[in-house]
Amino acid sequence: MKDYLAETASQTAGPYVHIGLAPDAAGFHIFEKNFGPVLTNSHTEGERITIEGRVFDGSGTPVRDVLLEIWQANAAGRYNHPADQQQEKPLDNDFRGWGRGCSDFDSGVWRFETIKPGAVVGRDGRLMAPHVNLWIVARGINIGLNTRMYFSDEQDANQRDPVLNLIEWEVRRKTLIGQREQRGGEVVYRFDIHLQGEAETVFFDL
Amino acid sequence: MTEKWTPREVVHRDYNNHPPAFAPGYKTSVLRSPRNALISLQNSLSEITGPIFSSDDLGPQDNDLILNYAKDGLPIGERIIVHGYVRDGFGRPIKNTLVEVWQANAGGRYRHKKDQYLAPVDPNFGGCGRVLTDENGYYFFRTIKPGPYPWRNQASDWRPSHIHFSLSGEAFAQRLITQMYFEGDPLIKQCPIVKTINNDDAIRTLIAELDTHAAVPLDCLAYRFDLVLRGSRATLFENRTQGAAR
Repeated sequence: MKDYLAETASQTAGPYVHIGLAPDAAGFHIFEKNFGPVLTNSHTEGERITIEGRVFDGSGTPVRDVLLEIWQANAAGRYNHPADQQQEKPLDNDFRGWGRGCSDFDSGVWRFETIKPGAVVGRDGRLMAPHVNLWIVARGINIGLNTRMYFSDEQDANQRDPVLNLIEWEVRRKTLIGQREQRGGEVVYRFDIHLQGEAETVFFDL
Repeated sequence: MTEKWTPREVVHRDYNNHPPAFAPGYKTSVLRSPRNALISLQNSLSEITGPIFSSDDLGPQDNDLILNYAKDGLPIGERIIVHGYVRDGFGRPIKNTLVEVWQANAGGRYRHKKDQYLAPVDPNFGGCGRVLTDENGYYFFRTIKPGPYPWRNQASDWRPSHIHFSLSGEAFAQRLITQMYFEGDPLIKQCPIVKTINNDDAIRTLIAELDTHAAVPLDCLAYRFDLVLRGSRATLFENRTQGAAR
């Protein structure tokens, strides 16, 4: 063990995380190009969806200074990364698969504009249900929290998903299901995250 | 030209090197920490992949905090270079990883609409920067040394001077946010956020050393800060289809 280097310790992102990771939200413009919550352009393949929600603390109060990142496969179920060698599925050069969003300082609502991902092969060759990986940081969070959002209209795939099935408390699995809503012409998945308490979201050690 | 890429598994996180979620001395963590244990996953493609960045994502002055927000002059404060290597737990350089930093100005004031501290904003200092590591995992940026500042935890708590760091890694499982402190700062050992880490060796990984060898004479001092992300190793046994261990 001695020869391995220890991972640098995590620390909270703090209340001013926006300065570094989303300066326009902090109230000033500095970089020509910014990373944001829109993952698509007009050429991206796949069904357009919005993912939106709030993060709540243990008292049920919305966390208004949270920053989230999502990471997901493209519409065919392939990640835009060289370690994904599912060669039979096309890469989409108009889809990085990653985005960054912050909650609104008043309402606590955050939102991503993306596409619905296809199913990705899991360990042992079994398909995982379509899902979006999320990472959450904020003041008071000492180490980033990882979770996944699955889709309410993928019940059969969710039933067979190897990660959902790892959660032995069946009642907790539903904390990972984004609820599909139709809002005008827009498809929205509502995904509220509860950091603590009765409806506590499942968080993973990746 | 495509580089040959062997899928790599990320070695499990050693939580002895990290603060626990619930750390009551840091009051905000009390209501923002899960009460359930994390559920541990074996790596799948979702964890061993992550976003790729390129120099097209950045601007030419993004790693120079002395100039990237200068309007009608230079910012006030101690001019420093911060530099170092990003490696994984096996000592491999982490190439092309996105390093993002943010910080207060020389007086401990952040350029953020929620910061009300009475120390003034510096009109020539923004306080954020970003850079990609090179082939050797090396990064550097130039900035003003940030000042300490008070915060509402216990009424007399002050943060040591620090720079926030965010690293993307090669895999989503390596994603890390941390803070860099400065060698010799007496506020380090009193800080409730530093003390969320119950391990002196781990705290030492966050303290940058004065590095006079990298200083530019008559211009600026330098600090050396190396970072380590979780180790990743080649996948030794792949694609077990029968009787796989769970």
